[in-house]
Amino acid sequence: MKRTAFLIIGATAAFAAVASADTVAPGDVAYDDYGSVAASLTGVAGDAANGEKVMVTKSLGNCVACHQVSVLDYAAFHGEIGPSLDGAGDRWTEEELRGIVANAKMTFEGTLMPAMYKVSGFIRPGDFKGKSVPNPPSILTAQQVEDVVAFLMTIKE
Amino acid sequence: MKISKLHPIMQLATAATLALGLGVAAQAEEGAKLIVNGEIEMVTRTAAPAYIDGLDEIISGWEFRSTETQALQMDDFDNSGMLGVDSALEAWNKVQGPEQKSCATCHGDVESMKGVRTVMPKFNEEANDLWTLEDYINNCRTERQNVEAWGYTGGSMTNMAALIAVQSRGMPMNVAIDGPAAPFWEAGKELYYARTGVLELSCASCHEQSYGLHIRADHLSQGQINGFPAYRLKNAKLNGIHARFKGCVRDTKAETYKPGGPEFHALELYVASRGNGLTVEGPSVRN
Ligand code: HEC
Ligand code: HEC
Ligand code: HEC
Repeated sequence: MKRTAFLIIGATAAFAAVASADTVAPGDVAYDDYGSVAASLTGVAGDAANGEKVMVTKSLGNCVACHQVSVLDYAAFHGEIGPSLDGAGDRWTEEELRGIVANAKMTFEGTLMPAMYKVSGFIRPGDFKGKSVPNPPSILTAQQVEDVVAFLMTIKE
Repeated sequence: MKISKLHPIMQLATAATLALGLGVAAQAEEGAKLIVNGEIEMVTRTAAPAYIDGLDEIISGWEFRSTETQALQMDDFDNSGMLGVDSALEAWNKVQGPEQKSCATCHGDVESMKGVRTVMPKFNEEANDLWTLEDYINNCRTERQNVEAWGYTGGSMTNMAALIAVQSRGMPMNVAIDGPAAPFWEAGKELYYARTGVLELSCASCHEQSYGLHIRADHLSQGQINGFPAYRLKNAKLNGIHARFKGCVRDTKAETYKPGGPEFHALELYVASRGNGLTVEGPSVRN
């Protein structure tokens, strides 16, 4: 019984190690001088349909809280803190969008847009209940960043 | 509500209902005037104090609410916050404790509190600390009436704060930021601009840089506190200043500060000073 449990845990750990070997950790993302990120964070192609879900989900990207996006009009109440994302796929390259979604502060200095793939350097990080979370996970996973980028690339005028 | 789980047609219907329900569709027109009970004229917009770099004009939160919500604050019969004021008036006159004293025993008619709200928070020499209206109330309860302190953001406290605010309605906020208050003001200013939490947003991100814009369905105001305590339609009760601060810090995905604690004391002084010149509206009505 004990032995089986041990084996299962061992197998899970090995699997996680394989997955993370291809995944760029938040602290290792290579931004160029303009804030773009050339290489995929996971090596797995982004899933645009899932990216769309991430963008309208409050607990995930919540992008529509700040951005108007015509093709996402079905999700109620788009905010206007950031510019409309209509035509984002024309304006930006995939590499630039990856950088903006992962950490927009590398592209737009001091921007209000939250860094979606960042895990340190926060002041009083917490959860949405006001409790302390000393080592918070990134808002999006590496694959969710890739998925959102894939969806943004489809938003053309 | 999980709108994303609904069929697209239903989503549209829900969105329309919500928009009507929250009055998002009916944004009040510019230049609306707030006159309460047809007699108390409020200053809801005026020049910003010289020491506030980020704003030219200061604007009451009332201006950012829908026409329907605005109307609720224009007549005390429609303002549900006045129920809290009524119950505080009973508490004001209630003789209690070993001293068998009420607030009225020493202060007389509550009208004697006229002007008190406009200068809070202020530096208290004896305590050598910055005191809010809530601190003064609790100090009288524990040191003068010998009864238990009220919870800082509790219902009895917030109602009493509203009763005292009402005595100053229409008078301009005028907190002191110099002398012994200066270090508190500086600390509050730092907190105001600190970008907290996983979302890395400061009070200024939303209430200085983005007021007038929508974040989701919310029309961002300048986050002024001249209207506190505020009756919120959302939770159907009067809400104190620190309770509101707590909610806003929490929404940046941050560990909040403690209501009644030193950080929120300093922040309250700084935020109050950003509204010096706006008139006391408490209890206001907000969504
Ligand atoms: C708190 C508000 C906020 C949220 C949430 C937010 N953004 Fe932004 N975003 C901004 C702002 C503000 C800018 C403008 C950049 C600047 O500061 O100059 C921006 C800029 C952008 C741009 C470049 C705009 C252009 O010119 O096309 C893209 C793309 C973008 N955001 C995508 C996203 C995506 C995708 C999400 C969700 C994963 C998201 N944003 C969430 C505020 C936000
Ligand atoms: C035993 C007498 C006594 C009682 C009872 C009493 N107070 Fe006071 N209160 C005082 C005195 C004395 C001061 C200080 C006056 C001053 O410094 O101007 C004061 C100050 C205050 C202040 C600050 C006023 C200012 O201008 O700074 C408030 C607010 C206040 N009391 C509210 C209350 C409330 C509410 C109650 C009932 C819950 C109450 N007091 C009960 C005697 C009393
Ligand atoms: C992510 C955006 C955001 C941030 C950051 C934020 N708030 Fe708010 N705040 C809101 C929203 C939304 C409301 C409700 C609509 C309004 O009045 O702006 C609000 C309301 C308020 C109100 C009530 C105003 C009124 O007239 O009823 C106060 C006071 C306030 N905020 C203070 C603060 C303070 C102080 C901070 C910094 C600790 C802060 N807020 C940070 C979004 C924010």
